[in-house]
Amino acid sequence: MAEAASPSPAPKSWDLNPLLKVDHLSMRFGGLVAVGDVSFRAGRGEVTAVIGPNGAGKTTVFNCITGFYKPSTGRLALMQGCPATDAELDALTCGGLASARTAAGTTYLLERLADHKVSSRAKVARTFQNIRLFAGMTVLENLLVAQHMSLTQAGLINPAALLNLPSWRRQQKQAVDHALYWLDKIALTARADDPAGDLPYGDQRRLEIARAMCTRPALLCLDEPAAGLNPRESLELNTLLLAIRAEHETSILLIEHDMSVVMGISDHVVVLEYGRKIADGTPQEVRNDPKVIASYLGVEDEEEVEAVAGVHA
Amino acid sequence: MDIFLQQLINGLTLGSIYGLIAIGYTMVFGIIGMVNFAHGDVFMVSAFIGLICVLLLTTVIGISSIFLILAITLVVAMVFTGLVSWAIERVAYRPLRGSFRLAPMISAIGMSIFLSNFVQVAQGPRNKPLPPMVPDVIVLMERNGYQVTLAYKQIIIMAVTAGLLFGFWWLVQKTPLGRAQRACEQDRKMAALLGINVDRTISLTFVIGAALAAVAGVMYLMYYGVVNFADGFVPGVKAFTAAVLGGIGSLPGAVLGGLLIGLIETFWSAYFSIEYKDVAAFSILVVVLIFMPQGLLGRPEVEKV
Amino acid sequence: MADHRSDLWEREDTPPEGAPAPQPAPPAPPAEAVLLPALKDAVLTGIITGLLLLPLVGFRATESGSGPLTLTYRFGLVSVFAGLVMVLRLVLNLTVWRPGRPPRAKSAALAGVSQRIAPALKPAFFAFALLYPFIAIVFSGSLSLSRYWVDLGIYILTYVMLGWGLNIVVGLAGLLDLGYVAFYAVGAYTFALLSSSVPLNAFFDAHVAEGFWASWSFWVCLPVAGLLAGLWGIILGFPVLRLRGDYLAIVTLAFGEIIRLVLINWVSLTNGGAGISSIPPITFFGVPFNSGDDGFAAIFGLDYNSMHRMIFLYFVILGLAALTALATIRLRSMPVGRAWEALREDEIACRSLGINTTLTKLTAFATGAMFGGFAGAFFAVRVRFVSPESFTFMESAVILAIVVLGGMGSQIGVASAAILLIGGMELLRNLSFLKADFLFGSDFDPSLYRMLIFGFAMVAVMVWRPRGLVANRMPTIFLKERKAVSGALVKEGHG
Repeated sequence: MAEAASPSPAPKSWDLNPLLKVDHLSMRFGGLVAVGDVSFRAGRGEVTAVIGPNGAGKTTVFNCITGFYKPSTGRLALMQGCPATDAELDALTCGGLASARTAAGTTYLLERLADHKVSSRAKVARTFQNIRLFAGMTVLENLLVAQHMSLTQAGLINPAALLNLPSWRRQQKQAVDHALYWLDKIALTARADDPAGDLPYGDQRRLEIARAMCTRPALLCLDEPAAGLNPRESLELNTLLLAIRAEHETSILLIEHDMSVVMGISDHVVVLEYGRKIADGTPQEVRNDPKVIASYLGVEDEEEVEAVAGVHA
Repeated sequence: MDIFLQQLINGLTLGSIYGLIAIGYTMVFGIIGMVNFAHGDVFMVSAFIGLICVLLLTTVIGISSIFLILAITLVVAMVFTGLVSWAIERVAYRPLRGSFRLAPMISAIGMSIFLSNFVQVAQGPRNKPLPPMVPDVIVLMERNGYQVTLAYKQIIIMAVTAGLLFGFWWLVQKTPLGRAQRACEQDRKMAALLGINVDRTISLTFVIGAALAAVAGVMYLMYYGVVNFADGFVPGVKAFTAAVLGGIGSLPGAVLGGLLIGLIETFWSAYFSIEYKDVAAFSILVVVLIFMPQGLLGRPEVEKV
Repeated sequence: MADHRSDLWEREDTPPEGAPAPQPAPPAPPAEAVLLPALKDAVLTGIITGLLLLPLVGFRATESGSGPLTLTYRFGLVSVFAGLVMVLRLVLNLTVWRPGRPPRAKSAALAGVSQRIAPALKPAFFAFALLYPFIAIVFSGSLSLSRYWVDLGIYILTYVMLGWGLNIVVGLAGLLDLGYVAFYAVGAYTFALLSSSVPLNAFFDAHVAEGFWASWSFWVCLPVAGLLAGLWGIILGFPVLRLRGDYLAIVTLAFGEIIRLVLINWVSLTNGGAGISSIPPITFFGVPFNSGDDGFAAIFGLDYNSMHRMIFLYFVILGLAALTALATIRLRSMPVGRAWEALREDEIACRSLGINTTLTKLTAFATGAMFGGFAGAFFAVRVRFVSPESFTFMESAVILAIVVLGGMGSQIGVASAAILLIGGMELLRNLSFLKADFLFGSDFDPSLYRMLIFGFAMVAVMVWRPRGLVANRMPTIFLKERKAVSGALVKEGHG
């Protein structure tokens, strides 16, 4: 693979130890090219931010990674355990399988997995731009639904659960404890029995992140987690995301417009414009990139208007 | 060959009727995204209104010109059925516009049950026969004693359908009403902000759909010469099948789908088994919805995440 | 296409930052300003009603022997109806719909009472259901005289069970199934065909015992009928469950009709429209309800009475319904049940959490179908005759109406709705006083109006109380306190 890596001579951490390799990803809707030939890496244990003006294709990239869209072309390799070499990946691509297990870890080709398997097997969790909580279910129930996969290992209709046997109750207790751990993290324990739809907006955003984390993901994809938050809530979000990175083996990929969040917590920034990648590097490098300044950071005002309109899209 | 030609004529006639009903489904679905389950029964009501009108004109007023009778009946049925449909939208659907997704559907099912039973109570449960109205036929060819005929009433049905479709096409494409309708289809909220009276546009959509169903109802009455309170359900489902087959939301699609369903039904009855002709129609519905829900001429839908 | 619409609406209804403070009520307008528009509106409504009724109520195409149709006129009736509607509209305009009238606050005391009686409601319901046949016997005077009431109880309980079965599909998983009656039919025909099968009878007579199949077939076929219906649920559900809500409804409707049409036309198997009538009666686990020496009455030392079988049937359907309720309660608090409800709330979020939505929907569909199958087998053994007539779309609509009226997802609501609707329809049949000369005359048949009122009720429920009788949702698990979730937050139906 003749991947045009970063121009700087020192190899980047995300090139050395990537969790997710996106290679030549393209997505077309009819004649419209939403994403064209985008390649980047997301480092293991790092926070990677994808930024760009509205309509740049960020959410489309996300939808491809999380399995909601099947990309027109390209490869999305997620490597649990140890990164696979390019040769191994090519072999997997040609072999037609969706995943390969080696002693070092398992590699998944996300574009070949059904959407729910991207989460259940490749361990990619996500949140949504326009929050998608189960509004009529309680906070606790939301977090239990997220643990569906671990609770149904013994089958969807588990006789032990049907008869409410002690073994099942123990299992359920563990799930509740896990949910409580995350409720504590997002400071919502007191509202565990309230319907999720009753929570204030900022709490809903945090709950959605906690719900995604309850699936014990390897990669957490956040679609504009700070949208609509006030500065204080935005700061709390930073703390939460940094805590996730520090205490869990979860890497984070996020789309964000709020530059205080992007610059404050990311290790690596990828910039898209009109469906193409225009810059890729550390926050410092990207901030000083003339192309980025010209195309993105200079149009703050228009951006605001579009972001507001985008909520309803 | 003779049988084929005869079935082709019969199928196109039947298909015209289905197509007219299908337009009502497709327009309502296009503008408010609901399956107007009661539309089949609106068609049946229109046939009854037509029946009453014909009886009134022939036995009470004593008009003898069949074309005059048909013309007056068409207008009367269109007006009254439009009113019925307007009232239905007003009472049973409009209050539900902000409600949850399945509410209008359930309300429409209730309306459908109400309409058919209303007619049963008001007009009695038995078949209502009329003497044949336009009995003359043209013999197209005759071979070995088998005649291929084209009845005048079939010509009337196809001509009326074609004429109405043309007028209707003009209405939707060229008039402010059509423009308002298409705007509401795209984005109702934006249309309202731009000063389009959305409520009125939706009401008019229902009225137009019902008026076309009324034409179908009168044609059905003339063609078969009999009508029953339960006659709304099966033609309704078949017309809905036609709308889906053609691509729901697409007007030419509805007509194309109607013609196809009419042809399939007649050919199926002629060559396979008449008992299973409804099964064939229902099966097409299932297969189309599962395998090509965008239909022949519809737009595919992209899921928004 | 309607997706963005409902999203918009929901966004407006539930602002993100808490609930807005209630607006102070505007000052009530003066009386003349209310009366005149109200009168105008009422008169207009009356005129429209008159026009709507004119063609089909004002005229009637009457059959006159074998001759042509003649017209009869009923303009008086039209004006009576139009007048009634006008007066009603005027009264409503001046009271409930009066502009500036403050919205009626929900009585806190009433809410408190309902909160307190709620826990006792279910046991009370169940206790009444258990004692019902005995109450019926006591009140009607004797065992034989209670037949009507016990039969009505069986009839209602069958619908309670069907409602609970469909509730799993529509209420919990949010999948609008208009062909539920197909599974009812599969259950009924499975039992009917197996129990009346001559080779099966001969086989069991030869290999097990004389008369074995006649006395045991129901108990053997009951699980078979349920499983087969569940299997049909999977077969029919698999291709269709990825369709959107209203398309799913239409496809299930089509499946229901296809099955009915096949039952009519496949005469060699099903005897077509004439139906199957040689179904053996139910037995008390092998003991027949007859007057013989080995009959139920003789063994238990009772005088023979045909009501014994009836009362036993009552308890069988009560047991089956209770089984449905218990299974649903358990399933709801299991991951699969929670996934059903999550699916109803937001299918896309479910997929993002790794839930296999097709499989989850399929379990809901199959579970609902299975209970429909049990109910079908019961129906066949109760009536001892099945024909395609019993499995029309109308039947599906009735069951759906029970679920909708009850409040989708609520068991107590569905049970109440079944009692209300089925009992109400039965009541209507018996309103013989309406036949009095000063009312509608002796040729008036109130039961004709059953479905008319029924369809109207379905619309009315959707317009006035779209969440049904029991609008709240009870959470399946709680940390400190179980609080009902207001129906305004709960979504119904996906797509």
